[in-house]
Amino acid sequence: MTTDSFYGEVLADHNLHPLHRHELPCATHCCKGLNPTCGDNIELHLDIHDGVITNGSFTGLGCAISQASSDIMLELIIGKTLDEARHYTELFRKMISGEITDDELEELEEAGALQHVSKMPARVKCALLSWNTMEKLLDENK
Amino acid sequence: MNEKLLGKENFPVFDKYKELVYLDNSATQQKPKRVIDAAVKYYNEENANPLRGLYDLSVKATEAYENARESVRRFIGAKSTKEIIFTRNATESLNLIAFSWGQANISEGDDILVAVSEHHSDLLPWQILCKQKGAKLNFLECDRTGKYTADALRKALTPKTKLFAIAQISNVFGRLNPIKEFAQIAHENGTLIVCDGAQSVPHIPVDVQELDVDFLAFSGHKMLAPMGIGVLYAKQALLEKMPPFLSGGEMIEYVTREDATYAELPHKFEAGTVNVGGAVGLAAAIDYITELGFDAIQKREDELTALAFSEMKKVPHVNIIGADDPTDHHGILTFTVDGVHPHDIAAIFDADGVDIRAGHHCAQPLHQFLEVQSTARMSLAFYNDEKDIERFIGTLGSIRRRMGYDD
Repeated sequence: MTTDSFYGEVLADHNLHPLHRHELPCATHCCKGLNPTCGDNIELHLDIHDGVITNGSFTGLGCAISQASSDIMLELIIGKTLDEARHYTELFRKMISGEITDDELEELEEAGALQHVSKMPARVKCALLSWNTMEKLLDENK
Repeated sequence: MNEKLLGKENFPVFDKYKELVYLDNSATQQKPKRVIDAAVKYYNEENANPLRGLYDLSVKATEAYENARESVRRFIGAKSTKEIIFTRNATESLNLIAFSWGQANISEGDDILVAVSEHHSDLLPWQILCKQKGAKLNFLECDRTGKYTADALRKALTPKTKLFAIAQISNVFGRLNPIKEFAQIAHENGTLIVCDGAQSVPHIPVDVQELDVDFLAFSGHKMLAPMGIGVLYAKQALLEKMPPFLSGGEMIEYVTREDATYAELPHKFEAGTVNVGGAVGLAAAIDYITELGFDAIQKREDELTALAFSEMKKVPHVNIIGADDPTDHHGILTFTVDGVHPHDIAAIFDADGVDIRAGHHCAQPLHQFLEVQSTARMSLAFYNDEKDIERFIGTLGSIRRRMGYDD
């Protein structure tokens, strides 16, 4: 890995070497998300049992920000309850709109690496694609 | 030929942003001071509602507007100013054809043929028209370099093909299509031809009588003129028979409670108060292009295209979409970088002060055909220079590294 990564090394790493980018045949829930302005798409696969996300993955095509955001999101929510997943989504949105506190930012762990997207208005949709898709999935399965 | 008009010093935007490298000219061009001044002068000195006011200022506005129409007529070699309809842009011109000519002439069982590389604005009006009328939309396929052949066209035309729509220069490939030959083939089949000139009219001499196209659409803003002014050329015999597109003021002759007769050409197709400032700006843009001369424009754009093309070829992991010959690109170089999404490519260029386009360039069916989700595109105009290319190539060569690749 080179040291002058454009989006920073955390994002570069999640984009080039995603842990959660694969099919998940056992998934109990799937949801597709599309960013029509750029054509980026994601399919989110979650394995949910008793209100806990026990496993998850994503597939689809997208830019580095959308790919890294998806990977980081899954890293954060696997093993968490649906309510916790919603809570992270709320925090992530706050971060992207530049309204997050330092304590809240800490809760987001590696997702904090996407904080600078709040200063890139053209890329907000890229960062939010996976989170919006997860929220849609949770809403559809309330 | 006035070579002084080639340089960036004629364009105020480059005075404001001295380091700007603007390579998104196919999306819209920058405006010379002369064009801006002409539009400002109109608003300062000649503004009134044209075509109806019975006072001196309105007469001046009318003259300014109609003189602009004459400039356009001369520029594209139309027979009469009756054949020049001012619209907002090429998109509106193409929609006008679909709504007016299409509604009156397309019926169930007919078909319309569209080149697969068309911009959405030369696809969706036909797609919608076909759905409404129960007509069939067929596609003319190109090869991977964007080349269309006369044979393929002959095979794609059916006895039911009423209309064939194709761009003179594709906004993705930059390739020049043989419109004159295609028009002849279409006409032999009794098919009308719509030519989208959005990417050609700014860059090469276009003569509608020589090409023998039935319709030509283009935008002012892609050829130095203000946004919001465009042109539809159509043969007079067709326009005479076509019903109005929009209705309202300035397109009528006589109106009763139940009925109306319509104004003469071209006013029949220009409902409502028109864009005189835009038309005056377009006329100034045409003067600029004419004074500079297409010889100088093409020479400069070809040189820059060839330079950019050969330098891009040297950068590993860069793939140029379309022909392997720079003379087939007309200032448009669409590309991908292995392993890097075009939005990330554009973001890195943006960070370096180089403006390029990324996405599907309003040509999704073409990207599906090419099996790429999206691409990046740099597009040149005569006012670009070697330094712009150098900056572009410098950034291009750094992209993989800055995305975290080791090569």
